[in-house]
Amino acid sequence: MAPYPPTRIDLRQRLLPPAWPQPGRPAHLLGTDNVGRDMLSRIIWGARISLAVGLSAALLGAVAGSVLGLCAGFFGGAVDAAISWLINVQLAFPFTLFAIFLLAVFGGGFLPVVGVLALATWVNFARIVRSQTLSLRAQDFVTAAHAVGVGAPRILRRYIFPAVLPSIVVVASFSAAQAILTEAALSFLGVGVDPTIPSWGAMLNLGRNYLQTAWWMATFPGIAIALTVLGANLMGDWLGTRLDPRAR
Amino acid sequence: MAALSEASGVSVRYGGVAALTDVDFAVSAGETVAIIGESGCGKSTLGRTLLLLQPPTSGTVRFRGEDLTALPARALRQRRRFMQMMFQDPYASLNARMTIGETLAEPLVVHGLATWRTARPRVAQMLARVGLDPGVTSRYPHEFSGGQRQRIAIARAVIAGPDLVVADEPLSALDITVQGQILDLLAALQAAQNLTYVFISHDLPVVRHIAGRVAVMLGGRMVEQGPPAEVFATPAHPYTQALLAAVPIPDPALARARMATAAALPAATPAPPNACPFVPRCPAARPICTESMPPLRDIAAHRRAACWLNEVPA
Amino acid sequence: MTETLLDIANLHVRFGATTAVAGACLHVSKGEAVGLVGESGSGKSATILAALRLHPPNARISATHLTLGGHDVLTLPQPALRRLRGRFAAMIFQDPLTALNPLLTIGTQIAEVLTRHRALSPADARRQAAALLTQVGITDPARRLAQYPHEFSGGMRQRAMIAAALAGDPALLIADEPTTALDVTVQAELVRLIAGLQRQRGMGLLWVTHDLALMAGIVDRVVVMYAGRVMESGPVAALYANPRHPYTIALLESLPRLDQGRGRVLAGGPPDLTRPTSGCVFAPRCSARMPRCMQAPPMFAAGDSHVACWLAAPAGAEVAA
Repeated sequence: MAPYPPTRIDLRQRLLPPAWPQPGRPAHLLGTDNVGRDMLSRIIWGARISLAVGLSAALLGAVAGSVLGLCAGFFGGAVDAAISWLINVQLAFPFTLFAIFLLAVFGGGFLPVVGVLALATWVNFARIVRSQTLSLRAQDFVTAAHAVGVGAPRILRRYIFPAVLPSIVVVASFSAAQAILTEAALSFLGVGVDPTIPSWGAMLNLGRNYLQTAWWMATFPGIAIALTVLGANLMGDWLGTRLDPRAR
Repeated sequence: MAALSEASGVSVRYGGVAALTDVDFAVSAGETVAIIGESGCGKSTLGRTLLLLQPPTSGTVRFRGEDLTALPARALRQRRRFMQMMFQDPYASLNARMTIGETLAEPLVVHGLATWRTARPRVAQMLARVGLDPGVTSRYPHEFSGGQRQRIAIARAVIAGPDLVVADEPLSALDITVQGQILDLLAALQAAQNLTYVFISHDLPVVRHIAGRVAVMLGGRMVEQGPPAEVFATPAHPYTQALLAAVPIPDPALARARMATAAALPAATPAPPNACPFVPRCPAARPICTESMPPLRDIAAHRRAACWLNEVPA
Repeated sequence: MTETLLDIANLHVRFGATTAVAGACLHVSKGEAVGLVGESGSGKSATILAALRLHPPNARISATHLTLGGHDVLTLPQPALRRLRGRFAAMIFQDPLTALNPLLTIGTQIAEVLTRHRALSPADARRQAAALLTQVGITDPARRLAQYPHEFSGGMRQRAMIAAALAGDPALLIADEPTTALDVTVQAELVRLIAGLQRQRGMGLLWVTHDLALMAGIVDRVVVMYAGRVMESGPVAALYANPRHPYTIALLESLPRLDQGRGRVLAGGPPDLTRPTSGCVFAPRCSARMPRCMQAPPMFAAGDSHVACWLAAPAGAEVAA
């Protein structure tokens, strides 16, 4: 799909602006970067890493955070105390920084990076799911399910989870964005997924140094991230509506 | 006759607040017992405690002679087939994201009486019995009117064949003409399935006509019990009198006359710790009422009351 | 003739395909208490919202006549309308917790009405607010003014809302089921309070309710609505003692009473308001249905009452529909 290999360096064509203002060239639609690599090709290639990392991290964080949040809110007592303690420790202690340090020492790669990013996002899910579960648990329709004799697993699955799912989807959309940006920071530190393949975050980081002279270097990856987040949000909204029979 | 459901010496505390204090209450099979009182009097808490949806802080709750508080969670869940609940607001008590078919099949499936597939004919039959079109199983609660939703909630409560149904204000969210229809339905189901009702209500005229026995609650305590015809004709507690005096009369001349003559009831304020909870509002309060809570005693055949006026001659 | 506060003639309110109100007529005179009674879907709420132009933006409204204090509500400019609300016609709601601002003290909320509508100085407004609380039966007003809505019990909150409504010294008080959520004991006290205030101040009162029993002692006249139409209206004594419309009869008979029977059950439900009906809207549930009911009855005068039923036709002359 991309017109050029994303890593092809051409120093003669460096810092070309996008095609439409002079003196841009149609050959490089979105311009080139500081070593003459084609921006469009890099954004298309970057999508692979950024989307894969962002979505996997958000998904992993969502699953872990939601399960913990549901359990904490529903069972209360010691379970809640333990999970709430974990949430507070995570919020108070810079675990992510610690994990990045470990990555830096022992090297990166796709799975370790996704793991670290999920470690950063699960708290978002756990906190909101726990608080919503707490208030849902006291509502009549959940009491009614208890009164009928429905067991805890089915109440969680059929009564509480569907009601918190719209919020999970919304949190997931911005957690994916957060993960894309954090991955950028990791790439910047050289512990990203693969230093040879560009990611949007890494490009944004690089472009920051050229904001004065070559605005397109930071702008286009930024637009790509913004559009992805917007898309994720819209999809979250749509899913939330689809899942609620009252809104159909 | 042995009680179907029985609470003895039950207290419930939330944080530091006593919702129920040392309540004794029993229901026999086939009875309709109404619990009345103002909001916050503990009538809903007592209803939920009978089903152990609210575990008591102290005291025992028995169902068919078995101590529910001693049962493990799994066994308790199995007993729920025989003791069910109806709620005030049928919209809040139905899962908005579950179809009517799934909602009604659920009690059968969780108690192993049917599978999702084999439950279908029984769900259709139940819908017809509560006066709904058996073809509505794929619809959701929001597609129905308030009265229809209450019929769905009733169907869910009785489909697994319970003995005891605790109905917590099942009429108060409904229009007056719908209330009558739902009362007819509850009576028909009681006759067909030999149900026992604990009917929690603040509507004294309704209670007067459907209950065989009425229990009056105040401040987390039971203050009067007896057949409604007698209790409402000759209330033995000033609080019951106050409740009766507040029942609106649908007659302009009588209502006007009463409004002009009746003395205003003082605002409810907390009573001293050991006092009768009605002391701050009671027109007949005596020194002893502030010193100790009167016990619930037999005052006549089938009648009990907790008021010093019945104990100590003035 | 006494001064007319609210006058509605032939009001229609539509939401999309739903006809919530179809040709309602209602008027309230100075010093008069009118009960507007109906079940859910009767159009009683849509009627009073339209009377104050508080209806949702997707509602389509038409009326041959809709005036509040002599002003045409449908054409009045917004600022004049806002002055009319609160100052001329105040409203109290079913749920004071949603109608009061939880972040402001009761005193601030009452004083706000006083400074806005009566141009009082802050100190005077404070004094006046305390006086109002006393009037609605709240003891220790100085302390209560500094409290927030959540520190009040349900009955006390409703009293505070009544005080805020009275702050503008309105000529007309519209009460939308103000006691529904309360205990019967508190309900009885509030009904007595509102009736007393209405008489003392010579206000017009429009009491909107589904409870025929509760309003019997406080209103002078009753308007019964069903499926967006007025079924019957008349003096309270005549309406309770000698109801003319089969719906009014059924409604009164369905009330359970302490001293009498459980009440008779009216079968069926209200019609689908999205489908146009040509005949009487109550005909499908009516025990006195006749062939003529295929045609919608106009309002007939019957004694001091007006009845939209063919049964009343021979007795009285037809009035303008």
